[in-house]
Amino acid sequence: MARQPDGPPPPPTVQKLRLRYTKRGPLRFASHRDLARALERALRRAQVPMAFSAGFSPHPKISYVGAAPTGAASEAEYLEIGVTRPCDPDAVRAALDAALPPGIDVVDCVAAREGTGGLAERIDASVWRLELPGVEPAELGSAVAAFLARDVVTVERRTKSGLKDVDARAAVAAATVGGEVGCAILTVVVRQVTPAVRPDDVVAALAAVADLRPPSPPRAVREAQGRLDDTGTVADPLGPDRLASTHCQGEHATV
Amino acid sequence: MPTTVQISSRGEGERAGVYPGRVMTGETLYPRLEPLLAQVQKPIQYVGGELNAQVKPWEDVPVHWALMYPDAYEVGLPNQGLMILYEVLNERPDALAERTYAVWPDLAALMREAGVGQFTVDSHRAVADFDLLGVSFATELGYTNLLEALDLAGVPIHAVDRDETHPVVVAGGHAAFNPEPVADFVDCAVLGDGEQAVGDITDVVKAWKEQGRPGGRVELLARLARVDGVYVPRFYAVSYGPDGTIASVARTRDDVPARVGKRTVMDLDEWPYPKTPLVPLAESVHERMSVEIFRGCTRGCRFCQAGMITRPVRERTITGIGSMVDQGLKATGYQEVGLLSLSSADHSEIGQLAKELADRYEGSNTGLSLPSTRVDAFNVTLANELSRNGRRSGLTFAPEGGSERIRRVINKTVSKEDLVRTVTTAYANGWTQVKLYFMCGLPTETDEDVLEIAELATEVIRAGREASGRKDIRCTVSIGGFVPKPHTPFQWAAQASAETIDHRLRVLRQAINADRRIGRSIGMRYHDGKPGVIEGLLSRGDRRVGRVIERVWRDGGKFDGWSEHFSYDRWTAAAAEELAPFGVDLDWFTTRERTEHEVLPWDHLDSGLDKEWLWEDWQEALNEEEVSDCRWTPCYDCGVCPTNGTEIQIGPTGRSLLPLTVVGG
Repeated sequence: MARQPDGPPPPPTVQKLRLRYTKRGPLRFASHRDLARALERALRRAQVPMAFSAGFSPHPKISYVGAAPTGAASEAEYLEIGVTRPCDPDAVRAALDAALPPGIDVVDCVAAREGTGGLAERIDASVWRLELPGVEPAELGSAVAAFLARDVVTVERRTKSGLKDVDARAAVAAATVGGEVGCAILTVVVRQVTPAVRPDDVVAALAAVADLRPPSPPRAVREAQGRLDDTGTVADPLGPDRLASTHCQGEHATV
Repeated sequence: MPTTVQISSRGEGERAGVYPGRVMTGETLYPRLEPLLAQVQKPIQYVGGELNAQVKPWEDVPVHWALMYPDAYEVGLPNQGLMILYEVLNERPDALAERTYAVWPDLAALMREAGVGQFTVDSHRAVADFDLLGVSFATELGYTNLLEALDLAGVPIHAVDRDETHPVVVAGGHAAFNPEPVADFVDCAVLGDGEQAVGDITDVVKAWKEQGRPGGRVELLARLARVDGVYVPRFYAVSYGPDGTIASVARTRDDVPARVGKRTVMDLDEWPYPKTPLVPLAESVHERMSVEIFRGCTRGCRFCQAGMITRPVRERTITGIGSMVDQGLKATGYQEVGLLSLSSADHSEIGQLAKELADRYEGSNTGLSLPSTRVDAFNVTLANELSRNGRRSGLTFAPEGGSERIRRVINKTVSKEDLVRTVTTAYANGWTQVKLYFMCGLPTETDEDVLEIAELATEVIRAGREASGRKDIRCTVSIGGFVPKPHTPFQWAAQASAETIDHRLRVLRQAINADRRIGRSIGMRYHDGKPGVIEGLLSRGDRRVGRVIERVWRDGGKFDGWSEHFSYDRWTAAAAEELAPFGVDLDWFTTRERTEHEVLPWDHLDSGLDKEWLWEDWQEALNEEEVSDCRWTPCYDCGVCPTNGTEIQIGPTGRSLLPLTVVGG
């Protein structure tokens, strides 16, 4: 039998909190591991009563959902934490936000509502906004039309184990073009499939189908995540929990 | 089309010529850097924004410091020295300090292409815009990175080519106790503790600027040379004798000191820095905060430059340590605190401190650790205390020498029996991995001394298995090649050649693997002897070695502390070519034993140690005689206290940790 530390087991999770946070400004260059480290430290500084796993090296109970890639900004990253005493979600939001560096901003926090399902199941698509400085909207428009006309657009992605082929087309549910002279903006709704299709892959696909080569690296921002509905929009993944908060909450503990 | 606007009298026009498009000093380079960051590895290291980072408005202060650690961000960010100076300077109303680190080659290439200069991570300001560039050299292997950073910044690499529009390049850190190899590239070097010295330097620069920069750069440097602890190499002329040794070092102006002494902060409790340690988003080499519990060491290990140049011992009090730990944890959210010093178990209140800290943080998932490495049973007791709430995995001891004989030579005396007993106690107390640090290539060392490491490790595993009743215990033997350092009794010693080191490591590995039943529980970590030879050249080199550094950098050398970037062949080729005109070579600087009265390149730099005492200690080493610790035994006249007007500062204070104030209700 595996050895266990002496003493009582750690206190159990009594409440789950779901948070939306951002990756703005220069912090878009943070990797998921960087963010996870920053969040764990901030939770300690904010004195959130985190639940920990048992064992010799206890870990705080945090689950991350679909992290944005390094270099991509986001307005809609999600995670869930377990706490050992009931907390006021607004107080946790404010305390955690204050403990995080500017750019990682906690913009929403709700208590998970029993019986409404897991957070991960409520997210299957992302809305990405890509700014392409130096590209004209018309130029982008025709490239996007050519891209959408295809069934499959294979692009190469560099991974740790070498180059890998990825189909960038099938995952794209919708694409619209906007922007102004000198900076086109592409808004794409991308299904979260395996292997994941990233903003970079979509840009590479535009190069493949229409030889669109932006003079400087595009800036990508994830604007939303959620379940893709028939109208092509994504639903707020915290919605089902938010419904619950109108009628519940016994004691509130300060953080 | 960019228009050049003259904002102040600082010669922006000239620098705008280096990097077109820049108009005013202190302007952020970020908009032009950002597109480059999307194309490089680990871009997070270049964006700043760390927790507890500070950004002050440029125009609000007269004196601007860029502080550099000349290695990658992940290595440089946790550096305590730089973090301390960053806070000390930013607390001043008349100064700001921002940090800069070595840029990896992928970004450096893009920066050169796009005309973006070396930048600070805090506000992405151009390093060229600052009044001072302070560079902390923990190791000499950062020298090529200094040249790369200066060049990327658009600052002339040779100090003589700079004018008053360029930053004053200030070297600090332990390597600054012999800055001669970089004398052509730095404007000054600070010897000793920096806390007070940076304030004095700031005062001088501020006054000179306010007066309208009288006398230009030379006058500024002359004023700096009169600051206690500041050495300005250009005001000292070196001449060489026919045998290649230094004939004399003479000052070229009467208004600078003949010998430059070191700075010593006497009351550490008055300098409780860092108060709010920087916490990076990126991964760094130390995922913990550190509190320095004392500075200096009087153990007298003869190989240890840090122990020699940081004397005397100055303890922080138990109450001072307690409040720094508390404040630091709150400010950072770190889960682990290291109680830092050169020999932490020697703190006069360490037992009480360990117990009270362990009590205070019980149940909070906060780890405490001692990087202490002295081999005795008390260290195991302390480690047990500090780890009583957590996991017992690895414990580290540093016997340094394989045989009792060589341990007498280096003055790190511990008997084989004591060593085995101590390590066995650790296994019996639930520690499963013990790491033992050794050096190879020590003065008077033979193959037999090194082979005893294998016997020791074998003995440790045998006894440990018996004491713990477990088969899965491990012992890792970690071996570094010894590099003789200035201001130590071994400064005269012949360094072992790379071939000698490699041969001894080879026979040791064979000996460890001879009995597989034991050998499989023993790990061996080591590096080949080549980087040590170059470190030796840079450590004990003189001004002639500067040409070698420059040549290596021009040939593409940088990040010499990284095995994937270090090229021994590039260094040996550059050394052969650049040193030949002087009639000396790589071996002359490394494997040659020095004689008693040879003028050493750092003799005019005063660490407080008496050269005669160092020589006597060197002779005693050769006779295998030990010297005791002056903390507990009478003074043996190393010279530091009378030279500096200091004395050891130790407890016990008889106090306890102060109760914490309750936060948040």
